[in-house]
Amino acid sequence: MPEAADVSIQEPTHGYQLRVVQEVLLALLAKEASHGYELRARLQLALGPLAEALNAGHVYVTLNRLEKAGLVTSERVGQTDRPDRKVYVLTDAGHARVIEWLEDTSWPKPAPAEFHLKLVAAAAAGLGDPVRLVDMQRHALLAGLAAAQRAALAEPDGSVAGLLLEGVVLRLQADLRWLEACARYWNETRG
Amino acid sequence: MNANESLSRVGPVLRTRGLEKEYGRGEGLVHALNAVELEVASGETLAVMGPSGCGKSTLLHLLGGLERPSAGEVWLAGERIDQLSEKALARLRRRAIGFVFQAFHLMDELTAVENVELPALLAGRSPRAARRRAVELLERVGLTDRAKHLPSALSGGERQRVAIARALSNEPLVVLADEPTGNLDSAATLDVLRLLDGLRSSGQTLLIVTHDSRIAATADRLISMRDGAFVEETRLTHGTTGRLAELAGLEG
Repeated sequence: MPEAADVSIQEPTHGYQLRVVQEVLLALLAKEASHGYELRARLQLALGPLAEALNAGHVYVTLNRLEKAGLVTSERVGQTDRPDRKVYVLTDAGHARVIEWLEDTSWPKPAPAEFHLKLVAAAAAGLGDPVRLVDMQRHALLAGLAAAQRAALAEPDGSVAGLLLEGVVLRLQADLRWLEACARYWNETRG
Repeated sequence: MNANESLSRVGPVLRTRGLEKEYGRGEGLVHALNAVELEVASGETLAVMGPSGCGKSTLLHLLGGLERPSAGEVWLAGERIDQLSEKALARLRRRAIGFVFQAFHLMDELTAVENVELPALLAGRSPRAARRRAVELLERVGLTDRAKHLPSALSGGERQRVAIARALSNEPLVVLADEPTGNLDSAATLDVLRLLDGLRSSGQTLLIVTHDSRIAATADRLISMRDGAFVEETRLTHGTTGRLAELAGLEG
């Protein structure tokens, strides 16, 4: 990920990953200037049922901060029957940032190291049965898999949000396969 | 309409008390099941997971009256079944339980529709009623255009969908599925998954023994087994999108 020296955004509400939102908003503005409302609608379409976690405030707070950082500018457009609307335009710096983001190949960190060390430590210290910890973890991931799968099954054919849910399902399946290997190893170790 | 009306529809569909199963003797004695207490509510989908040899298939065989326990009780819809005569047990299996197996177990010389209608015929339905039901069920599993095919002309996924239709032939109180996707590729697994999810939505009581996490995730409740005993149980409630957002990397 490129250094985010020019925009430093605190997470304002319940842990939502604003970094994702900020980069996506910039990318959406690369095509054409747009209103906050339209940008939010496009995010909602891409996220499907996951968009519930995205409240209206996230988009507007993020746009304000992007403006302060010089990545977007805004202008007011008068409307006859409603209050003025703010139209956001990508700056050259914003455009450069979008290109960096699109070409960045970093990937969300996988979780195995911490869990692996947890099992090693639990076994070494005799604090807990690693197999039991694996079983608990498996059930937690399976509950997530159930949620993702049900959401995926509820999406109509060809839904772009369904593609995101399929990604969640496949990653959880991979994690669950690794947990099976953990269970086998620690089950044999405890003899 | 159905022969299962004499059985109780209140209380759990399946219940076990202190269920034990041993194989072999002396040095070779294996405790396949150890004091298993289980209740499956009407309309519930339960998935049982665990490594091979954990006793999950043995449990399914005891619940379905395919084997008898070494000790303990099995109750189906308020009737104790582990002490029934072979004849009474066979009759109960036919009318009240639908089985789905990993290897499909279709009759090779019968067409799809004939396989599906067979349990209804054996249960004494008229040929006309049995055929009508079989045609409906094949439509439900999306195989209307395969009705006249022999199993050898069907893909693995299609064979398993025929087997699921057959399991529903007598409107069973419970469907017992043993590794239903164990022989299937991922596309066919997805078809069976949709079908099982549809059965769950329609209120069919269903117990699935599986090592496939996607199949297990269709259940209302999940039990893990290890060394013949239950070790972990989770209710897979309808997921909140908040948790989904975290799993998708939107929150964290």
